[in-house]
Amino acid sequence: MMTSTAIRIAELVPAVPPVPVAEVVEATSHWWAGFILWFPLISLVLCGLCAAFRVRSKLPAWITIGSLACSFVLTILLGNAEDVPERILLFEWISMEWLGGSFVANFALYIDSLTILWMSFVTGLGTLIALYASEYMEPDVGKGYTRFFSGVSIFLFAMGCLVMGDNLLMLYLGWEGVGFASYWLIGYYYRRPEAVAAAKKAFIVNRIGDLGLALAVYLIWATFGTVQYNELMTIIQSGDFSEVYEGWSVKAIPYLLMLAAFGKSAQLPLYVWLPDAMEGPTPVSALIHAATMVTAGIYLIARMYPFFLLEPASLHLVAWVGGLTALLAATIGMAQYDIKRIFAYSTVSQLGFMFLGLGVLTTYGAAYHVFTHAFFKAVLFLTAGAVMHGFAGQLDLRKLSGLRRMKGWRIVAWTMFVGCICLAGFPFTSGYFSKDAILAEAFVTQGPGFQVLGWLAIFTAFLTAYYTFRVWCRVCAGPVHYEPGDELHDDDHHDDHHDDHHDDHHGEHGFHPHAPRFAINFVLVVISVGALLAAVPYFMPNEVEGIKGGWVADMVHGSSAASGIPGHPDHPGSLSDSAHGDGHAHHGTILGMDPHSAMYYISGVVGGVGLLLAFWLHLWRRQDADRLRSWLLSRAWIRWLPVAMENKWYVDEVYHALVRAPLWLLGHVFHAFDRYIVDGLLVDGTSRLPRLLGRWFQPLQNGLLQSYAVTMAGGAVLIVLMMVLMMQFFQGGAVQ
Amino acid sequence: MMLQLASTFSQLSLSQYLVLSSLLFVIGLVGFLTRRNLIVMFLCTELMFQAAAIAFVAFGRYWFDFSGQVFVIFILTVAAAEAALALALVVLLYRRRSTLNADDWMELCE
Repeated sequence: MMTSTAIRIAELVPAVPPVPVAEVVEATSHWWAGFILWFPLISLVLCGLCAAFRVRSKLPAWITIGSLACSFVLTILLGNAEDVPERILLFEWISMEWLGGSFVANFALYIDSLTILWMSFVTGLGTLIALYASEYMEPDVGKGYTRFFSGVSIFLFAMGCLVMGDNLLMLYLGWEGVGFASYWLIGYYYRRPEAVAAAKKAFIVNRIGDLGLALAVYLIWATFGTVQYNELMTIIQSGDFSEVYEGWSVKAIPYLLMLAAFGKSAQLPLYVWLPDAMEGPTPVSALIHAATMVTAGIYLIARMYPFFLLEPASLHLVAWVGGLTALLAATIGMAQYDIKRIFAYSTVSQLGFMFLGLGVLTTYGAAYHVFTHAFFKAVLFLTAGAVMHGFAGQLDLRKLSGLRRMKGWRIVAWTMFVGCICLAGFPFTSGYFSKDAILAEAFVTQGPGFQVLGWLAIFTAFLTAYYTFRVWCRVCAGPVHYEPGDELHDDDHHDDHHDDHHDDHHGEHGFHPHAPRFAINFVLVVISVGALLAAVPYFMPNEVEGIKGGWVADMVHGSSAASGIPGHPDHPGSLSDSAHGDGHAHHGTILGMDPHSAMYYISGVVGGVGLLLAFWLHLWRRQDADRLRSWLLSRAWIRWLPVAMENKWYVDEVYHALVRAPLWLLGHVFHAFDRYIVDGLLVDGTSRLPRLLGRWFQPLQNGLLQSYAVTMAGGAVLIVLMMVLMMQFFQGGAVQ
Repeated sequence: MMLQLASTFSQLSLSQYLVLSSLLFVIGLVGFLTRRNLIVMFLCTELMFQAAAIAFVAFGRYWFDFSGQVFVIFILTVAAAEAALALALVVLLYRRRSTLNADDWMELCE
């Protein structure tokens, strides 16, 4: 029943012939690529030694920054050296063969352009954020400093395994590793119950996704007999697997992979852990929960894209889940007051856009959005962290204002502005191009309700522009006004702190926000420049004929995700290009125009309107925002909307009622069973039996010598009688 | 054949020895159960020992087997050792309470 894959792909993407998988090269000349992985591991070991020798300096930070920088340099060198997919064997890990089968999962690297694309921003941002953290985590020097940097190191190692691994088992190792590192770092402030609860929540919710991945890996091996990417892609290209398990396993694999991706990348059923993960230190939020780890789900689907193309319905599901998550998270983000939470919801929302991109057959758009998002979301989180660091943990946007007019805070304010315009998709920023690549494709690709989905995504883009600039206008613009937060690193102004409670809210009595110093400012500037420059690859000339979209498109094209690049002539990158062949029956339109051209105007206008709305409500006429709010709350028919949005659509409460409460109840039932049936009846019951017997026979132990003698004599008589009777019985039987 | 040979060596039959042995045993047992004096009770146990010894000798003689007599030697040895031990215990107990009544030592059961 399974037709050749080549035909399937051709049906979906008419203009591009299926990309033949390049023959993998067993490279020995790039043996040093392994050090991209080993450097973070070395750093982990050295940090451990620092902890063992009670180093009370910033040494662990410098070790981590140094080794991550080495990894980054090696990644760039590898990117320059690599032109065809190659496999670099580090050591033999699992290699079993038997009659008619094998299981090979060596500790090897699979280096193709997708790997390079991912590793370049993972290691690059990792280095910069570690540098940022060296200043941010300053109050913890000698306390949790080494713990923090060991966590960062192990995260980078695990992420490297995930992205660079040559097989699904290494990917699984990295997948679990980043989950563990995430748990470790979310729970960094382990004295705070919220942080511990958030760490547990993240870990447990991720387990659901991990289950999907484990099952998918197993099914893939059972169906195809290998877990190595190159062999898998070759088999899929050949289409020579159709009858295995009557084809159902091939249909099930994409859904299981999807479950894994939705868990790790915080999509609709499983996104609830990500906003809570903001309890971790801010550099962690920037590195793990915005730029790198949460994009692992996108990577997984992009890497396994041929599997999804075998089952187009799975891609439709990916698109819808992504689109709806984007909308839901954006509506929640609009109504929150905690800056980090807003950015967290915006991360969920942007990840939704990426999944939408994967679903509407533009792996290029998804990968490009991952790339740009990594930069501008990292900037946003890092600026939020700088604010939090300087204002004693204050993150409420109602209690901060006018940052850009304060001495020492201008860099923070303007780098945040850069992050905001990119996130909002303001014309000619990086976010604008990457988001358009996805939005337009929703109208190009045929699928169930993709037109509706496209409009929903455009509406989401409008909300994104609004809530992003809501933060900036409130925090960075307007009159100067601030209140300090209540904790975290109250190092030098502990006394002032108490005074604040007596004094008025203005916080200028005794409280001096300490502005970020060199490391934080430097990193902010570098990453925000990176966020702006992330638009450049879009205009770079393509090496590959027939596709557009610049360097990133090339990178995606050279990998297993290639089949997801629609290559029709008027693909992104050409504002002027209007001549598009109507020959493709699949080619949709939007408002009678080619989607790619139209989207530049639509999303530019939508982003601009959202931005102006934010400026109006949160900068120019702030009282209008309050008036709007009270108007909404006073009308019964609309009241539910802001309330529900502020309460995150009660998703946590629904999960509590549907999942946690039943599990809690079940736990108590099991506890009762254990307590009363297992312990009470079986264990204690067994011990109570001899006691009961003892109580029956206790009267015999009365201390009267003669009564013992009687018992003994009686017993002896009984035994003798029994023996006599038995002898008679057996002898009688023998006689007869 | 064996029975006839046995009866030529002895006027008394095996059953008579056994009756004697049983009588001695029962006397010892009843004495042990009814008397409260520790020394008398001890003597009763000796009686029971001797009842067993007689039964051994009788059977040994009956079957022309010397094991019965060997056992008796053992019983005598054990009885002698046991007598020394038991009398020593009785003396100790008497020194504590100056009584020989077994019922006065009920609390030893605890």
